[in-house]
Amino acid sequence: MILYLLKRLAVLLASTAVAGAVVFAFMAVLPGDPAEIALGVNATPEAVARLRAEFGTDRPPVVQFLDWFGGLLQGDFGTSYVTSSPVGEQIGDRLGVTAVLVAGGMLIALLVAVPVGTFAAVHHRDPLGAAISAASQVGLAVPAFLAGILLVFVFAVRAQALPSGGYVPLAEDPAGWLRGLLLPWLSLGLVQAAVLTRYVRSAVLDVMREDYLRTARAKGRGRMGALWRHGLRNAAVPVVTVLGLQLATLLVGAVVVERVFVIPGLGDLLLNGVAGRDLLLVQGVVMVLVVAVLLINFVVDVCYAALDPRLRGTR
Amino acid sequence: MRGRVNTALVTGGALVGLVVLAALVSFVWTPHDPTYVDAANKLREPGGGHLLGADKFGRDTLSQLMVGARTTLYVGVVAVGIAALLGTPLGVLAGMTPRGWQAELVMRVNDLVFAFPALLLAVMLGAVYGAGTLTAMIAIGVATVPAFARVARAATMQVMVTDYILAARAAGRRRTAIAVRHVLPNIGSVLIVQASVSFAIAILAEAALSFLGFGTRPPTPSWGRMLQESQELLFSTPRLALWPGLAIALAVLGFNLLGDGLRDHLDPKLRRVRAEG
Repeated sequence: MILYLLKRLAVLLASTAVAGAVVFAFMAVLPGDPAEIALGVNATPEAVARLRAEFGTDRPPVVQFLDWFGGLLQGDFGTSYVTSSPVGEQIGDRLGVTAVLVAGGMLIALLVAVPVGTFAAVHHRDPLGAAISAASQVGLAVPAFLAGILLVFVFAVRAQALPSGGYVPLAEDPAGWLRGLLLPWLSLGLVQAAVLTRYVRSAVLDVMREDYLRTARAKGRGRMGALWRHGLRNAAVPVVTVLGLQLATLLVGAVVVERVFVIPGLGDLLLNGVAGRDLLLVQGVVMVLVVAVLLINFVVDVCYAALDPRLRGTR
Repeated sequence: MRGRVNTALVTGGALVGLVVLAALVSFVWTPHDPTYVDAANKLREPGGGHLLGADKFGRDTLSQLMVGARTTLYVGVVAVGIAALLGTPLGVLAGMTPRGWQAELVMRVNDLVFAFPALLLAVMLGAVYGAGTLTAMIAIGVATVPAFARVARAATMQVMVTDYILAARAAGRRRTAIAVRHVLPNIGSVLIVQASVSFAIAILAEAALSFLGFGTRPPTPSWGRMLQESQELLFSTPRLALWPGLAIALAVLGFNLLGDGLRDHLDPKLRRVRAEG
């Protein structure tokens, strides 16, 4: 297991480095010299050269990459050529907002999917079970931002119960913070719940066919009792894996949902960075999101291997 | 099983057929010019030549939806095409040499590409080359390559242990010949199912990208941008959000159901398992 962990860790580090190189190369071909853009069309060549030296963009690309990537490893994202403020600080401010958004969405997805999926599995021969399957199929077809617009229409336009967008920091007004995040959470959570319900249903269905469940029932436990004591824990293994992979989808979904609800998270920062041609900012945010996905994959793989020793040798 | 109608296949096929039909008809006829700005018909209610009404520029909603279907299918076909053309050979290669360095390399690159969701790729491509239909298609296509490679690899590994592959190898067939003559035809059905499911994901991605302004550029109509433009009018004219939203959901539902239906139809073993479940 330790050998597997080390091997997997090495792959994670190598992937991060290659991903960094890809992101950097992408941005390096961006037309326009940051120093020229910063100084405008009337700048003298000497001034441009001086600023270039200050930015460090006069050095060879490989040196620039190593400098940038080395900084990343120490948590230094560089200083924006456009706004002259540290990129890391901006990302840090926004990261928390996005993390809260994603965590809340995940929580709602779990709270809906586990009971509903289990119910659908237990009642898989009833019309109600079939109706849940059909509903989750429809839920799969609705992107999170469309769910957001629908929720805004119902709860903000019609019921006028919740704000249609905007973000209040938790420290300023806890109630306002909660009210502002409720619809974004639901947009992300309900859509993910549709995906997750299907996995919970099939995982519980698989478990229900197992001999140990029949044994538990033969020993006098009721159907739900046997499932509760012995079934759900076993059904959790495949569900946890999907949950990890879904986190990555949620992260991307959050970028779009932030736009719908005008929430100042990482997605908002990324899109503003692109609009303002803030090279280092875009690079930084993309790297944070990519590393998050790589980390999630790493944790999922390791959890999987820890739960099922057979998988250690195969990858 | 014979005689039982495959509901998923029929419903999915009908929905996909509807989208395809709308797109095809839009080439020869739309009720109005979808990009024609007409101040007189600004926010016009449905009726009187505008079956679904008009938007804030007086553009006909139905015409925009029809041409939007074309945009959606165009992006989907090219994106899934890129993913299938790149992913399938890589997956087959990895599946035919499961212990070789090629397989290891393919899977590692796969994991890396997997870490770049379509949205991030599209934003990066858009930042460098200017966002548009092309960057969206490439981004969605490249991001979908790992899905195809994985599925092709798994299916190839199953085919490789069969007797007819052993016979072909014993007969001295070369590896490329085995791949083309024996492996590809046998994993075809799995790939078709994957294509249908990937198409649904591509539609979702395209909608999200045009919603963010990283997809098809105006004035070419796209469902995602119709939604984005409707958002500010949600309080006064919610129907502007209704139609493109419905179009996206039905198209995605159609391709998902089509994929499920095809899976049941093409794989009798799975069908039995599903009937029991």
